[in-house]
Amino acid sequence: MLSEYLPILLLFVIASAFAVGSLVVSSLVGPRAPNPTKLAAYESGNEPLADVKGTRFSVKFYMVAMLFLIFDIEAVFLYPWAVVLRELGWFGLVNMTVFVLVLGVAFVYEIGRGGLEWD
Amino acid sequence: MSPLGPLLLAALLFSIGVYGVIARRNAVLVLMSVELMLNAVNINLVAFQNLLFPAELAVSGQMFALFIIGVAAAEVGVGLAIVFNLFRNRATVNVDDVDLMRW
Amino acid sequence: MTAHDLVFVIVGLVTAVSAILVVTSRHLMHAALYLALTLTGIGGVFLVLGAGFIALVQVVVYVGAVAVLFLFGLMLTRAPIGREALDSQNRGLGLAVAGALFVLLAALIIPAFGGESTAEVTGPTIEAIGIAIFADWVLPFEVLSMLLLAALIGAILLARREAGESGTEAEVTRIEMGEALADEPDRHEAVGTSAPAGELGAGGGR
Repeated sequence: MLSEYLPILLLFVIASAFAVGSLVVSSLVGPRAPNPTKLAAYESGNEPLADVKGTRFSVKFYMVAMLFLIFDIEAVFLYPWAVVLRELGWFGLVNMTVFVLVLGVAFVYEIGRGGLEWD
Repeated sequence: MSPLGPLLLAALLFSIGVYGVIARRNAVLVLMSVELMLNAVNINLVAFQNLLFPAELAVSGQMFALFIIGVAAAEVGVGLAIVFNLFRNRATVNVDDVDLMRW
Repeated sequence: MTAHDLVFVIVGLVTAVSAILVVTSRHLMHAALYLALTLTGIGGVFLVLGAGFIALVQVVVYVGAVAVLFLFGLMLTRAPIGREALDSQNRGLGLAVAGALFVLLAALIIPAFGGESTAEVTGPTIEAIGIAIFADWVLPFEVLSMLLLAALIGAILLARREAGESGTEAEVTRIEMGEALADEPDRHEAVGTSAPAGELGAGGGR
């Protein structure tokens, strides 16, 4: 049963081995000569204007993440529906259409409120 | 496989969530602890479904888990929005400082 | 102890340790990242329990969206870090309550389920789940869509900063929007002269 997931485990192992290996090798092999200018934050060559630590993100990022969350859940429910689409017939189609339309109202509302305008 | 392991893990995660809700004072961290508790319940539901009632036709346990995930996502969205509003109006996310409605 | 149990113990240990780190970490971002690790571990527990679809949902919704939402939540609120700022005075009380709760639950669970064991872990297939949603769970399914609609609208209404509302970034936002200036000309003058270009760049947060 679990052996079905062995390839995925192998992928995880190889991916993390590659990431850790790259970091270790580059820290061992690469030359290191740090100085204050090199360690400073890079802002297109200008002197940094303000301390980055204190600044907050715009709430627009949250808007987009929230929209993503809602449609993530919609996609999750679409998956088992799509698998048995033919067996369910019209009943399933109508129900899923209602589901998608109700979430579409949310999407239209957010666009109408200007939630996605980035200006 | 015995259901004992998953149930104990779920109990542990739920207790950790309770500790987080009581001990943390940052509102976002309190919400994270609530998520831990919801996930502990999901482990319980899936363990009961798959280990004790694998042949049940309505798949109740996994359905409950699925709907809990959906409801928890909505809860996080609204909860974080409330925290943002709190931060904007009071300039703090410290739950100890928000005692206006306490008597 | 079979190989199956061994996999569960490993995944469960990773999950439990990272969950403890979520509530004890002194750094906000670390707490959020440990939360992502915990949620991934719980997805692994679902896989071990034979619930492949729930594991997929867990990774897609929780690790993919909710953890990111929490990270944005931390970045948006600019909270102080450190043990004193993150933890309240009742750490001891929390430890006592949580410990007592765990002991109570364990004392209930171990006698009740200690003897039971299933040879083979089998979960319902994705087809069975799809059929069950539309055969038995149609109403909750539709109600969930209403709930998500209400949640999104509520989140937008709560989180959106209206023009003219007070706030630390309100002035900067006003300048960036451009068109909102037209209805308050006197304010426009004041803001336009007092805000140098550097403040724009620093306050925008991009």
